[in-house]
Amino acid sequence: MSRTSPLERYGPPIAVFFLVIALWELLVRAFNVQQFLLPAPTVIAEAFFRTTTNIFNSAAYTIRSAVFGFGLGAGAGILVALITARWTTVREGLMPFAIALNSVPIIAFAPIMNNWFGSTNPLSKIAIVAVITFFPMMINMVRGLTLVEPAKIELMRSYATTPLQVLIKVRIPNALPYLFNALKVCSTLSLIGAIVGEYFGGPRDSLGVYILQEAQLFRFDNAWAAIIISALLGIAFYLVIIGLERIAIPWHASIDKQ
Amino acid sequence: MASVVSLKNVNKFFGPAERPTTIALKDINLEIQPREFISLIGPSGCGKSTLLRTIGDLVEPSSGEVLVNGKPAHQARINREYGMVFQAPVLFEWRTVLKNVELPLEIMGVPKAERIRRGREMLRLVELQHFERHYPWQLSGGMQQRVAIARALAFRPELLLMDEPFGALDEITRERMNAELLRIWHETQTTVVFVTHSIPEAVFLSTRVVVMSARPGRITEIIPIDLPYPRNVETRESPRFFELVTLVREALRKSEEMREELELR
Ligand SMILES: Nc1ncnc2c1ncn2[C@@H]1O[C@H](COP(=O)(O)OP(=O)(O)O)[C@@H](O)[C@H]1O
Ligand SMILES: [Mg+2]
Repeated sequence: MSRTSPLERYGPPIAVFFLVIALWELLVRAFNVQQFLLPAPTVIAEAFFRTTTNIFNSAAYTIRSAVFGFGLGAGAGILVALITARWTTVREGLMPFAIALNSVPIIAFAPIMNNWFGSTNPLSKIAIVAVITFFPMMINMVRGLTLVEPAKIELMRSYATTPLQVLIKVRIPNALPYLFNALKVCSTLSLIGAIVGEYFGGPRDSLGVYILQEAQLFRFDNAWAAIIISALLGIAFYLVIIGLERIAIPWHASIDKQ
Repeated sequence: MASVVSLKNVNKFFGPAERPTTIALKDINLEIQPREFISLIGPSGCGKSTLLRTIGDLVEPSSGEVLVNGKPAHQARINREYGMVFQAPVLFEWRTVLKNVELPLEIMGVPKAERIRRGREMLRLVELQHFERHYPWQLSGGMQQRVAIARALAFRPELLLMDEPFGALDEITRERMNAELLRIWHETQTTVVFVTHSIPEAVFLSTRVVVMSARPGRITEIIPIDLPYPRNVETRESPRFFELVTLVREALRKSEEMREELELR
């Protein structure tokens, strides 16, 4: 809708980005900050190019855990929500527990999952990510399916619709904005879950174990390079969801404001 | 001629059956003929919406008989014999204007090409043909309500039920919408039951004005409106219009006084 040019739109954040990097470099050098506290950006970049293969191999493993876990958790969350939309008693029985469990720091179960599946078994990370993403997905989806303007339901009733038609024509479209909000939150959660899960034990080629090891060996430049990659991955996940959102719900007013 | 709507001794209570907390409708008897434009008017809480929704089988009466086109109201709803317009437009944000109008046709399984043709025809009827690709939030309140009317008429119901459709609009827009609705009513030959609490609106639009009173909700008077057609701005300025407005106002006041007397006793 807006008529701003790409330069006007993306210029300021890009400028801020380079300014922060330059400032970081300058301060680290000026005050001679020790590397174990904070390495300079150039040092991190140098470490990145030295260890690209290691980092990418580790990232691949972590991405796989995050994506599979996310898919599983989100899929199950949506499915359970759809079931509760059909059977109200199921929803009323489940929701208090789901909301309670959602406020539990599920990541604390990571060591248990590592025990159950074995810490080098990808399933241990997939499971933790799936559990972490399940609750926000389910809760938001249930909200979206149920928080429908009553007049819309009444209108559908005046057309003598079946419950399935109400689900498809009203409840599911109504739930899509809620769904995408949950997906955004969970895209970040899934990476956090996978990496923190790996901190408690995992294969050598995984971001969590790699970061932990390099830090323990005082190779902070390598650790930081991997941390930066994790951060970029998180942003990339988020952008993918936003892209999907634009395609799926172009009508949603918030799309314009992003 | 057979009545489009026939209400016989209709009662509606809310609350427990043995000790109802609200008598929303008491002994309602009303026959509505084809091509009539009936307004229900009365103080808020007198049961206008309840009565309208009883006709639409969205509320079940506690007792009495509701027939639409000679069939029980439930059967008429299943047959989709009426279109409904609420005070809020109740448009679907995720659908374009045209898609919103097509909604009932979609539910009835009308083929796509026919749906689009009928949708466009209805949008022409409410003079919104240039907005078919817009989303509802891009339209003004009055335009949204016209989309809702187009949607209610899309499947050509013989009966149109409207619950204060222009209640949220400003006076100027409301008068324009009134004229528009009369034109649509003429063109489509639909029977309309119209809830309002605006006296001039009721007089301008109706063939008969049904005056209701609250607690218990009942019909106190039915006033035939003999204003000639076509009705337009001049109609609103004619002496007969003012006479009728006064007549309805007095009927409303009288029914209020009756109620107060009843309550004092
Ligand atoms: N679902 C309901 N449950 C209980 N009371 C209701 C319900 N719907 C309406 N009422 C009551 O019935 C009366 C008539 O309501 P309504 O038909 O909405 O009035 P109006 O449309 O004339 O303002 C009011 O006193 C209202 O509080
Ligand atoms: Mg009402």
